[in-house]
Amino acid sequence: MKQTAAQRALIAALAWGVALLLFFPILWMVLTSFKSEVAAIATPPQLLFEPTLESYAEVQSRAEYLRFALNSVVVSLGGTLLALAFAVPAAYSMAFHPTERTRGTLLWMLSTKMLPPVGVLVPIYLLFRTVGALDTRTGLVVIYALMNLPILVWMLFTFFKEVPKEILEAGRMDGARTGGEFWHLLLPLTLPGIASTGLLSLILCWNEAFWSLNLTSSEAAPLTAFIASFSSPQGLFFAKLSAASTMAVAPILVFGWLSQRQLVRGLTFGAVK
Amino acid sequence: MATVTLRDIRKSYGAFEAIKGIDLDVADRELVVFVGPSGCGKSTLLRMIAGLEEITDGELAIDGKRVNETGPADRGLAMVFQSYALYPHMTVRQNMGFALRMAGVPRAERDRKVEEAARILQLGTYLDRRPKELSGGQRQRVAIGRAIVRNPKVFLFDEPLSNLDAALRGQMRVELTRLHEELNATMIYVTHDQVEAMTLADKIVVLQAGRVEQVGSPLELYHHPANVFVAGFIGSPRMNLLPGTAAVANGTGVEVDLDAGGPRVTVPSQAAGAASGRAVTLGIRPEALRPDANGPLYGEVKLAERLGGLTLLHVGLAGGQNVIVQIEGSAPTRAHEPIRLAVDGAACHVFDAEGQALPALRRNPLAA
Repeated sequence: MKQTAAQRALIAALAWGVALLLFFPILWMVLTSFKSEVAAIATPPQLLFEPTLESYAEVQSRAEYLRFALNSVVVSLGGTLLALAFAVPAAYSMAFHPTERTRGTLLWMLSTKMLPPVGVLVPIYLLFRTVGALDTRTGLVVIYALMNLPILVWMLFTFFKEVPKEILEAGRMDGARTGGEFWHLLLPLTLPGIASTGLLSLILCWNEAFWSLNLTSSEAAPLTAFIASFSSPQGLFFAKLSAASTMAVAPILVFGWLSQRQLVRGLTFGAVK
Repeated sequence: MATVTLRDIRKSYGAFEAIKGIDLDVADRELVVFVGPSGCGKSTLLRMIAGLEEITDGELAIDGKRVNETGPADRGLAMVFQSYALYPHMTVRQNMGFALRMAGVPRAERDRKVEEAARILQLGTYLDRRPKELSGGQRQRVAIGRAIVRNPKVFLFDEPLSNLDAALRGQMRVELTRLHEELNATMIYVTHDQVEAMTLADKIVVLQAGRVEQVGSPLELYHHPANVFVAGFIGSPRMNLLPGTAAVANGTGVEVDLDAGGPRVTVPSQAAGAASGRAVTLGIRPEALRPDANGPLYGEVKLAERLGGLTLLHVGLAGGQNVIVQIEGSAPTRAHEPIRLAVDGAACHVFDAEGQALPALRRNPLAA
C-alpha cells in the first residue's frame, strides 16, 4: 500500500505524540530538579523559571551519591552476570536438546513472574536474615539474578532457536565438544541476542526498587533506595526528590541511549537474519 | 582403510520404531548409497552412523570397533549436510580449517591442507569470502571441502545435491564420482533420487519404512529387483506393473496371462512359488515394450513425451491399465492414436502375490 503525504504526516504526528507523552514525566522531573522548592510546588506549574542547582547541592550534601551509584553498578552487573551464567546453559539445552517437557518448563518459569513479589517477601526476608544476607550486595545480586532468570532464559531460548541445528551438528562432526560448540559457533552467531539480553537485564536490575528497598538499609543500598530516602519524613520536597531521581536515572538513560542500536538489533535479530 | 558394519541396528522414538533392524557391511573405499522415499529412515540411519542420533539397539562398528557410545566428535567421520551447514560467521578458509583447529593442528599445516582441498575443489579464489557471498554450488563445494580437509575415515553425505538446480546437480554428480576416485575413501551417501543412486553407487541400499528392501549394485537392482517396491523405485521411467495370473510354470519359465487380455507372456523366471492359477504381478520395463503392428497388447496413446533421444509414450491399455513405453529416437507416434505393443518377455519380471520377485533363470552378466 502506498502512503500519501498526509498519511505519513499523520503517522509522524501520532508517533511524536506518543513519544512526548511517554517522555513527559521524565522531562518534568528534570525540569523540577532545577527549580527551587517553592517554584516546584507552585500552582499553576511554572514552565519558565529561574534554574538553580541548589537542590543538587543539598542532595549531594545529605547523601553520598557515589556510594549508592557504586552499589547500583555492582549489583546490576553482578545480578546480570550471575543470571546469564545460568540462563545461557539452560537456554542452550532447551533449544538444542528439547524434551517433551521443555515447553512446559519454559511456561512454568515464565509463570513465576506472575507471582507478586510481595507474596514471597516474608519468607525471603527470613531466609536472608538467617544466612546474614540482609543489606549485602551479594544478597541483592542473588535476588536480582533469580528475578530476571525466567525472562533471560526465554529471550536466549528464542535467539538460540534461530540458529540452524545443522550448524552445531556440523561443528560436532568437526570435532567440537560442547564447550567448543558454544564458544566458536553459538556465541559468535548469537552475540547480538546475548548482548541485548544482558542489556535488558542490566536495565531491569538498575530500576528494581521493591527488593532493594526491603532487603537493604545502608551498606548495600542502590540508587533506588537513594531516591526513596528523599520522599522523606519531613514531607515531600519535590525539587530535591527530582534532583535525586534525575541523578539516579541519568546513568541508565545514557547507557540505554548509547546501546539502543544494539538493543533493537538484538530484539529484531530473528527478523533480519 | 575404513569399514562400517551395522548389526541389527534399531531406532525407536517412544513406541514408534523408525529403523527396524538393519544389517549392512560397507567395505573399505566403497561408495554406498541409501535410497528410498521420504520418511523411509535413510537420513536417520546416516545420522546414527554419524553419532548425531542415539542407537536404540544393535551394534555399529567402524573398522571393527564398536562405536555406539562414541560421540560424533570422536568417530573420525565427516558429514556434508543438505543445507551445507556452513559456519556463517567464518570465511571459507576458516570453515574448511575448523575441524583441524579443533584438533589442535598448527596453523601452517592447517593452511596447507585447506589450500590443497581448495585446489581439488577449485575454490582457491574464494578462500577469504564468507558463505553468504557464494553461490549454491560454491557453498556445496565448501561443505565438501570441509569434509575433505579432515581426511576422515568415512564421508557421510545427507542429500547433498537436493538444493541445487538440475544442471548443477548433474555436474556435481560427476564431480563427486571423480572425487571418490581421487580420494579413494569410503563414502555413504543418502538420497531420494534414484538417478543419483544409480550413477554414483558401488552399492545401493534400498530402504522403505525402516527396513532394507534390497542391497546390491545398481545394475543388479535394475535387472534383478528383489520385490515390487525395488522394481518400482529403481529405474526411470518406472517399471510397468500389471496384474496377471500364472498359467504355466515349468523349467523354461513362467507363462503369465495378463488380466488386461492378450496372449501369454513367457518370462524366464524360476517357477518355484508360482503354481499355475496363482495371482502374480508382471513387471515390464518401459524399454521392454515396443510398438508392433502385430503386437498382442492394444491401447491408445494418451501422451507422447519427446526427449529427443528418447520418446516416452503413455499408453492406456484396453484393459484399463496405463503403461509407459520407451522408444529410442524420435518416434512419429502421436497422442490419441491407437497403438499395438509387443512385449519382450525375456526382459520381464514376475512377482508373486506377496510382491517378492521370482528369481530369473539367467542373471544379467553386468549385474554382479
